[in-house]
Amino acid sequence: MDQVPAILTPGSTSLGERLRRLGGFRWSKMSPLARREARTGLLYISPWIIGFIAFTLLPIIAAFVFTFLNVTLAQKEPLRFVGVDNYVRLFNDGQVWESLSVTVRFAALWLPISIIVPFGIALGLSSKYIRGAPIMRSLFFLPYVVPFVAGVLVWEQMLSDTGWLNNVLRFVGVQDPPSWLFDSTFIYPALVAIGIWGIGAGIVINLAGLRGIPTELYEAARIDGAGTWAQLRNVTVPMMSPILFYTLILGVVDVLQYFLVPLVLKNGTGEPGGATLFYNLYLYKTFFTYQELSYGATLAWLLFAITLGVTLLLFALSRRWVYYAGER
Amino acid sequence: MSAAATTASTGSTTRVRRGRVRRNAAEWTRIGVLTSLFVAILIAFLSPLAYSFLTSLKTPQQITANNAPLLPSDPATYDYNGKTVQVYNVPLPDGTVKELALIKPGRTQSDFIDPANPGAGPITWQGAWRTLSQPFQVAPHWDNYQTVWDLINFPLLLRNTLILSTVGTIGTVLSCTLVAYGFARFRFPGRGLLFTILLSTIFLPGAVTLIPTYAIFNKIGWVGTWLPLLVPTFFANAYDVFLLRQYLLTIPRDLDEAAEIDGAGSLRILRSVILPQAWPVMVAVFIFTFVYSWNDFFGPLIYLAGHQDLVPLQVGLASFHGIYYTNPAYIQAGNLMTLFIPVILFVIFQRVFVKGIVITGVEK
Repeated sequence: MDQVPAILTPGSTSLGERLRRLGGFRWSKMSPLARREARTGLLYISPWIIGFIAFTLLPIIAAFVFTFLNVTLAQKEPLRFVGVDNYVRLFNDGQVWESLSVTVRFAALWLPISIIVPFGIALGLSSKYIRGAPIMRSLFFLPYVVPFVAGVLVWEQMLSDTGWLNNVLRFVGVQDPPSWLFDSTFIYPALVAIGIWGIGAGIVINLAGLRGIPTELYEAARIDGAGTWAQLRNVTVPMMSPILFYTLILGVVDVLQYFLVPLVLKNGTGEPGGATLFYNLYLYKTFFTYQELSYGATLAWLLFAITLGVTLLLFALSRRWVYYAGER
Repeated sequence: MSAAATTASTGSTTRVRRGRVRRNAAEWTRIGVLTSLFVAILIAFLSPLAYSFLTSLKTPQQITANNAPLLPSDPATYDYNGKTVQVYNVPLPDGTVKELALIKPGRTQSDFIDPANPGAGPITWQGAWRTLSQPFQVAPHWDNYQTVWDLINFPLLLRNTLILSTVGTIGTVLSCTLVAYGFARFRFPGRGLLFTILLSTIFLPGAVTLIPTYAIFNKIGWVGTWLPLLVPTFFANAYDVFLLRQYLLTIPRDLDEAAEIDGAGSLRILRSVILPQAWPVMVAVFIFTFVYSWNDFFGPLIYLAGHQDLVPLQVGLASFHGIYYTNPAYIQAGNLMTLFIPVILFVIFQRVFVKGIVITGVEK
């Protein structure tokens, strides 16, 4: 990644741009040669089209149909239309709102950290006052390739009472360090620590974005008398906003689905005291442990709707703060 | 932190040259402070790996002992006349504490011998030897790995993981290459729309498609086999198609056109013209997918539940943890055995990894 990829000008290939460009030409107006090219092209992308229909489109529709039926894995009762029963159950299910609030609470803690920490480390690594940045970048990336289960289990003991973290805390004078994994408050910072281990990709993305900022902008800012802080605020952050936005969107999509770490760490029990009963964990248990496919699909559709709503809201708000160099 | 000011200078030759100009003391201080800060952060960041490694070589006794040293150790012993005896920290009447080997334990007085000076004969000590603490000597228990290897049935898990990762990688690379080639080189109606749909699948929560897919796979008897994990890989995925397409777009069309005039078909052009030029991205997709399938946990967990003979390492490790969570050394040995191969692949192909992340992460 010594050279910056040519398409580092955000905006030119944004989703919106692609939507605007779609369509273009019609079969009837095409020459035989063009028609043959189109057929060949469609043939090449056919594996994805078939896969998309079979593993994405039809399942989405099926999941929606499921929400009005009484599908279970064993299907002991005869299959029948139940109207909006699943939705009524969902609204009266305290567990749904409890687990949503767990997810939202964790997201409120995790999202800012997961955006700021990689950005900050990338800023540091691209400073002229640092030595050995390439090797550091690789070392920061390393835990990203550690298999997820192994990573969680390494941290489980790292954060245990005999683990290094509490030993260090005792060494610096903390008399009674928290029992990270068994306390319904401290479990969240613990989960954040586990998550931070995988920020290597975020650092690399931020680094590439920082390299793409034209030097002239900083020179101009310096001539205008901007100090370090002013340059960060008025040049770096606006220029990085498309990447920060991308990180935020994917971060939101991911955090709403968060549950695998608590699943491994706590065997899906939601311990301590329901603090790790995330929404997706509840969904997973409904569908997999209790095998209630219809209710699980209803929960999944709620998650889908929330994800879509939040994503669209963020896209709408992004006009206010995300700066695309290519646009007016 | 003056990082912002300097981000600009990276990569610009004139600045690098200017950087060689003699620095003043303030600049050296900044370099020293920032670099040591980052070294410290990195040490903390990677310390769990060191912790895992050291723990994997310990005995359960050492992990729970509260005066145990950092390195894997056993209580010290001494070889006395062909007999292994325990060494203790013995407080002597002159106020010093000496490490002595217990040769004749007794309730109120015991005989010790000084390992440093065995010729001096036994030393009788007044007191209960059970109250004494033992010094540790470094003793890595490499045999933990052998034990875990057998307990977890590592060869079977490794075989399953290798088959799943290899077939999954072949499927992904094959299908994604074809699809990316279609998107990069041919014009057809709705291409932009289809590509947008492809990319938007990244934002789709997996649970929405999972439940009906699982129900169908269950219906046709695929649950409990590798098929639900392998078959979908042959139908391409958004990340890898995007990565490949972006790269293929950078390859000039001149050679394709020359080959086309020579009468080469599109598949032939892909094989003999495009792929030889695209090998860096092919390697990236290959390595990425391999590590990704190696690390996959959720898919195997739900589709192979109850089929212990078919599960890969990740699932095996999680169930191993369920049984042996009381022995941290075993858990950490198991962890290191499963993370070994992805980490080695990363160390070898780190540039490829970083490049792939940049393309999928920055360009979208």
